[in-house]
Amino acid sequence: MSIFLEAIVTGILTGGVYALMASGLTLVFGVMDIINVGQGALVILGAYLSYYLEQTFHIDLFLGLLITLPLMFVLGLLIELFFIRPIKRDRTMLSILVTYGVALIIEGVLNLIFSANNVKLQAWYITDSINVGGFYLSYIYIFGFLLAVALLGALYLLLYQTKFGHSVRASMQNRVAAELIGINVERVSAITFGIGIALAAAGGMAFGATNAFNAGSSYDLISRLLAIIIFGGMGSLSGALVASLSMLVIEDVTSVLWSPVWASTVFFILLVIILLLRPQGLFGQAEGRKQ
Amino acid sequence: MRIYKIVGLVLALLIALAFPLVSPNPAVTTVAVFTLIFAAAATGWNVFSGYSGYISLGHAAYFGVGGYAMAILCQDWKIQGGYSAFWLVPIAGLVAALFALPLGWIALRVRRHTFVVITIAMFFILQLLSYNLRGLTNGSIGLGLPIPIDWGGDFYDIPFYYVALAVLLLAIGISWWVRNSKYGLGLLAIRDDEDRAMGLGVTTGPSKLVAFIISAFIVGMVGAIWAYFVESIYPASGFDATFDVAVVLMAYLGGLGTISGPILGALILEPAQQYFTVEYGANGYYLIIYGALFLVIMLLLPRGIVPTLTDRWNRIQLARHRESAPPMPAMALSTGSGAESTDRKEEINL
Repeated sequence: MSIFLEAIVTGILTGGVYALMASGLTLVFGVMDIINVGQGALVILGAYLSYYLEQTFHIDLFLGLLITLPLMFVLGLLIELFFIRPIKRDRTMLSILVTYGVALIIEGVLNLIFSANNVKLQAWYITDSINVGGFYLSYIYIFGFLLAVALLGALYLLLYQTKFGHSVRASMQNRVAAELIGINVERVSAITFGIGIALAAAGGMAFGATNAFNAGSSYDLISRLLAIIIFGGMGSLSGALVASLSMLVIEDVTSVLWSPVWASTVFFILLVIILLLRPQGLFGQAEGRKQ
Repeated sequence: MRIYKIVGLVLALLIALAFPLVSPNPAVTTVAVFTLIFAAAATGWNVFSGYSGYISLGHAAYFGVGGYAMAILCQDWKIQGGYSAFWLVPIAGLVAALFALPLGWIALRVRRHTFVVITIAMFFILQLLSYNLRGLTNGSIGLGLPIPIDWGGDFYDIPFYYVALAVLLLAIGISWWVRNSKYGLGLLAIRDDEDRAMGLGVTTGPSKLVAFIISAFIVGMVGAIWAYFVESIYPASGFDATFDVAVVLMAYLGGLGTISGPILGALILEPAQQYFTVEYGANGYYLIIYGALFLVIMLLLPRGIVPTLTDRWNRIQLARHRESAPPMPAMALSTGSGAESTDRKEEINL
């Protein structure tokens, strides 16, 4: 029983971190109608930035976020400006390919700088653990989850309580109409993209603290993130949240009840079943005719 | 114009047939085999994605299924390395098509954007299965294929070259037929405006599914040849995410939805990729160069080489035509978004 409980608890805690990474992806899709398949590579880049700061300057991982988040935000603005904005036709399709190109370059650069060896982030809260109802849990799971809650809460406030948030949501609902009522959609898009990538970096830190990673880990990550946002419904933040939690809980429970090798397969099969019943995902809106 | 085309095609075919006989060294022939393999795969991909506008980023799934089918059949039927193994290639293609039937049916229930992502997810499901179904696929170690011992040294590549060429010609034939049939027109109508196509009586669902299956059949055959050629298959090589992107990139570079575009794209990219791999190894530099190439193509030539050149050629023809006639405002041909509908029509060219 305890092992079952442990699976559920770790599932929820890591699910929060995945929600952080997935929310950036789904937000960007919602506002800009593009799928950033580079999100996986950007998560890993964020993890490496934290690693670099910790190794070279001995900056604590969570404090380091104060540096990495703005850096990644600016990187997001630049990627949007140079690679996404020039795409004029067939945006969704071309964006997938272009962001894949960006991901390849990031992967190549990371390979050159850090080599292909796996690394893991170091901190006291990664090695120390706490006894929770019969099993030991590393502090980082709890801290990572709290970080996710804090950042997602901030995102929620930003989207629902500020003027900027209103423009973001207006652009999500209808790009053209938003433009007509005077919202600078291009600016909103750029900032949203930056936020999406900054969230990826925060997720990357928590990911790197709980998993050994190298530049190639991005493929596994992006497949999971894409699965999460389809499961939850593309463009839906609450969908991304629910889907991340359920994905990780299902995986962890499958791996203790059955076998770790089947963990992700079970989730993917569930995903296919959900799509059979609800092609638009759990919280997605049915795709209507777009003019 | 027509006569030029026929002469050009015959010439291209003769060059392709004679190439391994005059090829300076076996390493070049090996690159040529890979190029043909990718040209056939990109053509197969284009039959579905290029014509219907539904971009699949998971065709490596069918490539892997074809390769694994080849390996497993060779093992179970105790087939020795040699010419007879090539008879399994179409069977492997059929197995891939069989997989594509339910997967395509599920994936095609959604519209374009989600479809892309679902194809990626399905690709990962199959990759995971190939890792996990150890009894069938031997897990992460993978399977070996029979080695044709008789074809030593320089001769080794030649049978593969001609078989790959045959599959490429078959793929081109299918692509040409689809492009010139009423069925293909239906697919193009789906690409341009699915709802309107449905309103006009195109059976959109079955049309897309059939194209998906045809395309998986071709890609499956290609996977089988590839597995036989490299003599082994394991999950990361059979179900390779870079394959997904390579075929898409080739089709985009040459021209999405044209017959010659994907072939041209493969002829340019595959030798380049092989060269980079040899020159820089599969490390960081290689990825950076490949990624940068990718970005340049996508941003500078989003419509691909063939449509861009055809456009330019048509414009020159028109300008020449106009010299005798009174000048007309050039706006009808400007490349702004307003001219998109005219651009689309011109993409129909070969």
